[in-house]
Amino acid sequence: MAFLKRSPWLLHYDASSCNGCDIEVLACLTPLYDVERFGIINTGNPKHADILVITGGINELNRDVVENIYEQMPEPKVVVAVGVCAASGGVFRECYNIVGGVDKVIPVDVYVPGCAARPESIIDGIVTALGILEEKRSRMANLTAEKEVARREAEAGS
Amino acid sequence: METLLFLILFPALVAGAILVAKQKQLRFALVTVAAIIIGAASVWLLASYGLAGTVYFPFPSEPTSQIMVAIEIGLAAYIAYLGFRFRNYLAITLIAVQTVLIAAFELLYAENVHTANNFFIDQFSIIMALIIGIIGSLIAVYALRYMEEYHTAHPEVRNRQRTFFFIIFVFLAAMFGLVFSNNLQWIFFFWEITTISSFLLIGYAETDEATRNAFLALVMNLLGGIAFAAALIYLAATDPAGRILELDQLLASGEAIALLPAVLIGFAGITKAALMPFSTWLLGAMVAPTPVSALLHSSTMVKAGVYILVRFAPVYAGTLAGMSIGLVGAVTFLVASAIAVSQSNAKSVLAYSTVANLGLIAACAGVGTPMLEWAAILLIIFHAISKSLLFLSVGTVEHRIHSRDIEDMEGLIVRMPKVAVMMFIGIAGMFLAPFGMLISKWAAIEGFVQAPYGLVFVAILAYGGAVTVFFWAKWMGKLVAVTRYRTRVEDSFRKERWAPLYTLTGLVVATVLLFPVISSYLIEPYVTAIYGTTARLSQANIAIMMLMLALLLILPVSFLLFRRSAKRLPPYMSGRTTTADMQFVGSMGIAKEMTTRNYYLTEYFGEKRLLLPGSVICAGLILVSWLLAGVAA
Amino acid sequence: MNGILGALLFIILAPFLGGLIAGADRILTARMQGRVGPPLLQPFYDVGKLFEKENVVVTTAQNFYILAYLAFIIVSGALFFAGGDLLLIIFAFTLAHVFLVLGAYAVHSPYSHIGAERELIQIMAYEPMIILSAVGLYLVSGSFYVGDIIASTVPAILYLPGVFLGFLTILTIKLRKSPFDISTSHHAHQEIVKGITTEFSGATLGQVEIAHWYENVFLLGFVYLFFAFNPILGVVAVIVTYVAEIFIDNTTARLRWQAALQSGWGVAAILGLFNLAVVVYIIGGV
Repeated sequence: MAFLKRSPWLLHYDASSCNGCDIEVLACLTPLYDVERFGIINTGNPKHADILVITGGINELNRDVVENIYEQMPEPKVVVAVGVCAASGGVFRECYNIVGGVDKVIPVDVYVPGCAARPESIIDGIVTALGILEEKRSRMANLTAEKEVARREAEAGS
Repeated sequence: METLLFLILFPALVAGAILVAKQKQLRFALVTVAAIIIGAASVWLLASYGLAGTVYFPFPSEPTSQIMVAIEIGLAAYIAYLGFRFRNYLAITLIAVQTVLIAAFELLYAENVHTANNFFIDQFSIIMALIIGIIGSLIAVYALRYMEEYHTAHPEVRNRQRTFFFIIFVFLAAMFGLVFSNNLQWIFFFWEITTISSFLLIGYAETDEATRNAFLALVMNLLGGIAFAAALIYLAATDPAGRILELDQLLASGEAIALLPAVLIGFAGITKAALMPFSTWLLGAMVAPTPVSALLHSSTMVKAGVYILVRFAPVYAGTLAGMSIGLVGAVTFLVASAIAVSQSNAKSVLAYSTVANLGLIAACAGVGTPMLEWAAILLIIFHAISKSLLFLSVGTVEHRIHSRDIEDMEGLIVRMPKVAVMMFIGIAGMFLAPFGMLISKWAAIEGFVQAPYGLVFVAILAYGGAVTVFFWAKWMGKLVAVTRYRTRVEDSFRKERWAPLYTLTGLVVATVLLFPVISSYLIEPYVTAIYGTTARLSQANIAIMMLMLALLLILPVSFLLFRRSAKRLPPYMSGRTTTADMQFVGSMGIAKEMTTRNYYLTEYFGEKRLLLPGSVICAGLILVSWLLAGVAA
Repeated sequence: MNGILGALLFIILAPFLGGLIAGADRILTARMQGRVGPPLLQPFYDVGKLFEKENVVVTTAQNFYILAYLAFIIVSGALFFAGGDLLLIIFAFTLAHVFLVLGAYAVHSPYSHIGAERELIQIMAYEPMIILSAVGLYLVSGSFYVGDIIASTVPAILYLPGVFLGFLTILTIKLRKSPFDISTSHHAHQEIVKGITTEFSGATLGQVEIAHWYENVFLLGFVYLFFAFNPILGVVAVIVTYVAEIFIDNTTARLRWQAALQSGWGVAAILGLFNLAVVVYIIGGV
C-alpha cells in the first residue's frame, strides 16, 4: 500500500531566505491553494515530517542545523529546495558566509526555481517529490524485507 | 490468648535484649531473628483467629493497670526532665495536666472500676496486627543496614543505635498492645508509649531542628492524650462500675452516652493521625531517619489514630459531630494533596500524601456507613504497604545519590533500575487503577454518594483525587526519564538489604490479587458484625481489575518486540546538535546543558497559601464537633 | 452477553468510526476556514503512512508506554460499551493517560517534557468534572453501570443541564481542541513543537492517533448517556455536540494552562456541583 504519497507531512525550514519564498510556501496553505487537499500538513517537527522544504541558501551558522534536522527525519524522506537561493545560493552566493545551495550539505531531490518561487511551482515541486518519496519507500520496503529474510536465515543458521 | 500476649511481650523482651547487646553482629542477629518471629507470630495469629470472629479474653486488670499507671508517671517524669533540659515549658505543662488527669482517675474512680474483658481480638485487630507484624518487622530489618550507613554518612550524630532499636521494638510491642486492648485505660497507656517513642525517635539526631520537631510532635500528641484522659474520666464518672471503659461496651452503649467520649478520643486520633491543623508535626517528623518515617509516620503509628476513629465509626455514623470529624478528614485530604503538588522533597511529598490519606480514612470513619467503613479499612491496608515501600526506596536512593529531592531522581531508571522499578510500583500503588489505594478511593466515592450529605465529600474527593494524580504522575515521570548518559550506581550497592524492599513490592502486587480474599474473610465479616450489612465490589468489577492487572504485568513483555531494528536519535532540540549528555552550544557560542524541571505551581498550591486556611477550617470543624457532641450529650 | 458484544463491536468498529469522525472534522474545519480540505479518508491515509515509516526512537521504552496507552484506552472504551462501571472506566482512562505522559517523560526531551506537564495539568483540570458527571448520572439513574444508565428512562439532561455544560467544557480539553489544546498543539504547531507527541514518530505516533480515535468515540458515547432516554435525540445530540466543538475550536485562540485549570475546576464547582446539589437537596433525587 502506498499511503505515503497521500499523506506527506512537510517541515519548512528557512535557511537564509529573504522571506520571499517563505511567504509563498505559506501561501500554499491558504484557501486559494489549500494544499491540505493533498493531505499535506505543515508540521513543525522533523520527527513527524516526510518532506523537508528549505528556502534560502546555507550559511556557516545553519549548516549544522540543516544537517541535524535532516538527520532527525525518519526514512523515507525527500528534500525540496525552494527558490534559486536554495538551489545555488542565488544572489547571495558570493557573500562571505554563504556556503551555497542546500545540496552542499544534504542531498536534494527536487529543485523549485524562481525568485521568489510561485505557489504553483512549489506545489508542483512537492507533487514531484511525492513520486520520489514513493520510489524511496518501495526501495526501503524491499530492503527491509531482504534484511528481515537475511536475519531470519542467520538466526536459523546459528 | 497466648499469641496475643506473646506479640506484646516478646518485642518488649527483645527491646531489653538489644539494649544490653553491645556487639553489632549480635544486634543484627537479634533484630533479624526477632523480626522473623514477630512476622511469623502475626501470621499465626491470623491462622488461629482469622475465622473466629470477635473473641474476648478475660485478663485480670488488677496488677497490670497499676503497673501501667506507674510506668505512665515514670515516663511523665522523664518527659518533664527533658522539657526542663530543652526549656520547653509547654510540653511540661501539658504532661503535668495529663498526669493530674491520670492521677485524678486513679484516686477517684480506679477503685470501683472492674473491667473484665481486657483483651480482645477481631478481624480489624488482626489486620492491624498483620500490618504491624509484617511491615514493622520488615522495616526493622531494613533499618539495620540503614542505620549503619546513616552513621557513616553523618559522623556528627551520636551513635545510639542500641537505643534506636530498643525504642523501635518497644514501639512494636505498644502497637500490638493498642490493637488488642479492649480496656480504654490500657489503650491509653499504649497510646502514650507510641507518642513517646515517636518523640524520642524524631529527636534521634539531636540537632536543634530534630529536637524542636520532636517537641512539636510531643506537644501536639499530648493535646490528644489529654482529651483521651478526659474521656476516661468522663466515662468513669458516667458509669462508676467501669464496664463502659471496655471498648465493646462503650460502642454498644448508644449515641447518647458514647458520642462525647467518642469525639474526645477521636480528637486524640486526629492529633495522632496528624490531620490538619496538626499536620505540621508529621512534616517535622521527617527529620528522623527514614525507617522511622516509614514505620511510625506512615504505616503504623499514625494508623493508630485512624484505627481508633474507625473503631468509633458506628458511634459517629449519622451524627452531626461525626460529620464534622469526617469533614476535618476530607478538608485535610484536599488541602494536603494540594500542598503535595508544591513539594519537591520526596519525603515531604510522602508526608503530605500520608496526611492526605489519613484524612480520607478519617472522612470515611466520620461518616461511618458500612461501605465507607469497608473502604477505610482497605485504605489502611493498602496505604501501609505502598507507603512503607516508598519510604524505604527513598531512603535507599538517598544513601546512593545523597539527595531526597525528586528533581535529583531524574533518570533513576538508568542509574538505579531496581529501586526505580520498586518505587514506580509503590507510586502506582498509591493512585493508579487497579492498585489498592484506587480501589479504596473508588469504594469511598460510591460510599459517599449513598451517604446523607455525602455530596460535599464526593466533590472534595473528586478534586483531591485529581490533584493526587498530578503530583504522583510527575514524580513517576522523573523516575522513568531515560537519561542514557548517566552511569548506573546500583551495583556498588550490594550491601543494602534488598529483602524488605522486594517483599514489600511483592506485597503491593499481591494485595491486589488477594484483596477479594482479604475483603471477604476479614473486612466484610467485621463490617457485618457491626452494621448487620456489608459492602463489597461486585464480582464482575473485581474480575475486570484482575484483567487490568494481568494486562499491566504482560505489557512489559512487549519490550522484547521493540529491541530489533529501531534507529535511535537524540531528542529534538530545534535543530541544535547535542552531545550524548545533552550539552549543546547556545547562542553566543556558550555551552549549555539541557535540563528539565517539573511544575510545582507554588503560586497556586504552595504551603504558604494553603496551610493556614486549611488549618483554620479544620480547627473550626474540630470545635464544631465538640460543640455538637456536647449538645447531644 | 450483550456486554461482550458491545465491547467487541467497540474494539473493531471504533477505529473506523473515530477515523471517519476525524476526517469529517478536518473537512468541516477546512470549510469553516473557506478551504476545500482533505478527503474524508485522510486520517486513515495518515495513520497508514505512519506505519510505513522507519522506526525511529529516542529510547525503546517510549514504545512500551504508548502501547500501554493504547491498550488501556481500548480497555476503558470497551468497558464503557460493555456497560461497565463508570467510575472504573474513568480510572482506567486516567491510567491510560498516565502512560501517555510517562512515554513523554521517558524520552527526556524539553518539548515532550513541557507537553507532559501540560497534559498532567489537563488531567487535573478535567478529572473533577468527569467524576461529578458520573455521580450526576448515578443520581438520576440509580446506578454507576453504563448498561443501567442507558436502560434508564429518566431524561437525564433535564435534571443535569449544568453537569452537561460542564462536561462539554472539559470535552474541549479531552478532544484536544482550542482553546485548551495546550499539551499537543494540534493546530498551531510552533509553540512547543508538538508537545507531548514531539518525539513519537512512525508507528508509535500512529498508535497515538488510533488511541485518539478510540478515545473520541468513547467520549461521544459519554455525551450520549445524557440523552440515552431517547436514542434518536441522543445521536442528534452527539452530532450537534461535536459540530459545536469544531466551531469552538475554529473560533477561539489557545489559552494558557492557568485558564484550562480554572475553567475545568470552575465548571465542576459552579455548574457541576451546583446542579448536583439542586438534584439532591431541592428536587430530592429522581
